[in-house]
Amino acid sequence: MPLPEKKSAAHPSGDNRFKLLDRAITKHQSSGYALIEVLHAAQGIFGYLETDLLIYIAHALRLPLSRVYGVATFYHFFRMKPNGKHTFVLCTGTACYVKGAGAIQEKVEKHCGVKFGETTPDKNVSLIAARCVGSCGLAPVAVLDNAVVGKLNPDDAVQRVRQWEEKTEEVPA
Amino acid sequence: MTLEDLNEVAEKELARQQALKNRVLYCSAAGCVSCGSEATRDAFKASLKEKGLEKEIEVIGSGCMGLCGEGPLVKIASDDTLYQNVDEDAAQKIVRQHLLDGKKVENNALDPANPFFSSQLKIVLENFGRINAERIEEYIAVDGYEALAKALTEMKPDEVIDEIRKSGLRGRGGAGYPTGLKWGIVRKAASDQKYVICNADEGDPGAFMDRSVLEGDPHRILEGMAIAAYAVGANQGYIYIRAEYPLAIERLRLAIKQAERLGLLGNRIFESQFNFRIDLRIGAGAFVCGEETALIRSIEGRRGSPKPRPPYPSEKGLFGAPTLLNNVETYANVAPIINRGSAWFAAIGTPKSTGTKVFALAGKIKNTGLIEVPMGIPLRTVIFDIGGGTPEGTEFKAAQTGGPSGGCIPNDHLDLPVDYESLATVGSIMGSGGMIVMDSESKMVDVAKYFMEFCADESCGKCVPCRVGTKHIYLLLDKISKGNATADDVALLEELCEMVKDTSLCGLGQSAPNPVLSTLRFFRHEYEELLKPVETYIPSDVHE
Repeated sequence: MPLPEKKSAAHPSGDNRFKLLDRAITKHQSSGYALIEVLHAAQGIFGYLETDLLIYIAHALRLPLSRVYGVATFYHFFRMKPNGKHTFVLCTGTACYVKGAGAIQEKVEKHCGVKFGETTPDKNVSLIAARCVGSCGLAPVAVLDNAVVGKLNPDDAVQRVRQWEEKTEEVPA
Repeated sequence: MTLEDLNEVAEKELARQQALKNRVLYCSAAGCVSCGSEATRDAFKASLKEKGLEKEIEVIGSGCMGLCGEGPLVKIASDDTLYQNVDEDAAQKIVRQHLLDGKKVENNALDPANPFFSSQLKIVLENFGRINAERIEEYIAVDGYEALAKALTEMKPDEVIDEIRKSGLRGRGGAGYPTGLKWGIVRKAASDQKYVICNADEGDPGAFMDRSVLEGDPHRILEGMAIAAYAVGANQGYIYIRAEYPLAIERLRLAIKQAERLGLLGNRIFESQFNFRIDLRIGAGAFVCGEETALIRSIEGRRGSPKPRPPYPSEKGLFGAPTLLNNVETYANVAPIINRGSAWFAAIGTPKSTGTKVFALAGKIKNTGLIEVPMGIPLRTVIFDIGGGTPEGTEFKAAQTGGPSGGCIPNDHLDLPVDYESLATVGSIMGSGGMIVMDSESKMVDVAKYFMEFCADESCGKCVPCRVGTKHIYLLLDKISKGNATADDVALLEELCEMVKDTSLCGLGQSAPNPVLSTLRFFRHEYEELLKPVETYIPSDVHE
C-alpha cells in the first residue's frame, strides 16, 4: 500500500490564512484562557468573524461553540459581518456629543441612506459608532479609513463620504 | 542589572544629551498625531538637515504636553519654550529663528505664566515633554527604575506597603479606596501564586488620561507594577488595555521588551530573589470590564460579567489566586512616593485626599487637554483659570465628572474643592478624571438620556435591575425629552433610579442613575418645562 502523500504546506482548506491563525493559537498553547487573544488575531487576519471561523476556533481551543459565540458577540470590538471598502467611525463620546456629533450622525446617515452600525448596499461605506477614540481635545472626531479627523462639521463629513463615492465610480465594475 | 549598572546607563544617556546642541520634542500622543505632528517632525528633520544640524539637534517624540486642542505642540528643550499649532511652515520658522538665532517665534509661542501652566502641579505627568517615550535610557536618565532598585535592595515588602499607606494614596480609578490598605490585604492572603493587574480599560467616554500616561511614560507604569508585585508577593502582572488605543499598546509592548532586555523585568531583578513578568491583555470594547471582577473574567477569556463580592479579588481573583488590581494613574504615583518619601506626597492635596489628580478637560471649554492639579483645588480654578472658561458668547452651565457613573455640577457649586468626599456631597464622583464642560446650549434632559443610553447598551445583562431598569429609565427619559410625559412619569423615574441604584450587582448599575439623579437635583426645571399638563379625567356618566 502506498504511503499517504505527504501533507502539503498549505492548510487543508486551501486558505493560507488559517496557517497564520494556527500560529496564533499555538502561541497561546491552545489554551481556552486565550480565547479573546485568538479572536483578536482571527479578526486581524480575516477582517471579521464568520460562524465557520468561530467553529474552527472552538475546536482548536477545545471550547464549546456556545462559549466562543457568547464571547465574540459580547464584546463590541468583534465584527460578525465584513466592513465596507471605506469605514466612517464616528466618535460618540461625551465630549463629541456636547460638541455636536449628533448633527454629523444625522447628516451622514441621511446621505448614505443607512444607519450607524450598517454598511451601504453597494458595500462601499460602513458607518460605525465608536464609544470614544480618546482624542477629546479635537471633538467632534471621526476616524475615516484609519485617519483621525478632528473638529469635524456635518457638511465636511458628508463631503468626505461623497469623495469615497466618486472614487468607486471611476473603477469599472 | 545592579544599581551601579543603572547609574551607568543614566550617566551615559545624560552625557549623550549634553553633547547635543539642543533637543526638539514634538508631542507624539494620539491627539497631536491626529492633527499632524508627524508631518511637523518630518519638517523639522528636513529643515535641520538642510542647515546641516541633524547631528547636533535631535527631534524626538514625547508624551502629551497638555493643550490638546492647539496641537501639534512642540517644545525646545534648551529654554523650555512651548510652541502651539506648529505646522510645517512654523517648523521651518522655528528652526531658522529660534534654533539658529535664539529668537522666539512669538506667533506660536505659549506664555509660561499662563494660568494653564502655572496652576498645575505635575507628578504623574512630570516626564511629559522631557523624555522620549520610546527609549528606556531616557526614562532611566530622569531617575527611572531607581525606586524599584531602592525597594528591592533597601526595603522589606512590609516597609513598601507602609510607605504607600502613610502617603495616603487612594485609588485613582474613581472609587478612592486606600491603596496601601489594598496592598496589605493581598500581602496577607496566603497563596503561592498571586497576580498584579493594571486596569487600563478606560471606558469612560470623554476621558483620555490613562491613554496619555501609557503613551507618554509607559516605563513609569511598569516600574509601579513591579514595586507593587514585590510588596504583595506576586510574580506575574497583566495590563488590561483597550483595543481602541493602538499607539499605547505599541508603546507598552516596546517598553516591556526594553525592560526585559535590561533585566528590569524577568528573573532576579537587581540581583534579588524577586522575579516578575508583565503581559498585555487587549480588551475588546466593553465598558463593564472596568469593573474589577468583570475585568478578571475578561482576562480569563470569558464574557465580562461581574461576580458578587465578597470574595474580593484581593482574596480570590484571577484564576482563583489573590490579585491586586489598580488603575494606571495609581501605579504611576508609586515610584515618586518610594523615591521622595510618603511625607512629601502626603503634604500635597488635602488630608483625606492626598497627591494630585489628572483630568481630561473637554467639551465647551477654551483650553481642552490634559491637566494635573493638586487635590482640593477649587473647581472654579480648574475650569476658569486653567481651562480658560467657556468659549466667547456662551455661558457656563455645568461640569460633568465621572462620566456615565458621575454627575453634573452646576455653577453654584463651583467653589467646591476637588476631592473624593466633596464631589460625593453633590451627587457626583471623582471618577477616573474625565471632566466635560457644558454651556447653555446643552439640554440636561438630553445629557441624562445620552448617558442612560450608554449604560443600557453597556449593561452586561447579568442582573435584572441593571438590564431592565436602565432600559426603562432610558425610555422614560426619551418620553420626557419628546414632551409626552407627565409629572407622574418623573415620579416613576425617581423611584426607578433609586431602585436600580440600591439593587444592582456591580458598580455599573449602582452608579448608572447618577447622571439622572444629579440633573434632577440641580436642573429639575428643565424636566418640568417639558411636561404635559395633567388632563383631568371626567367620567362620561357625570352630568352637570
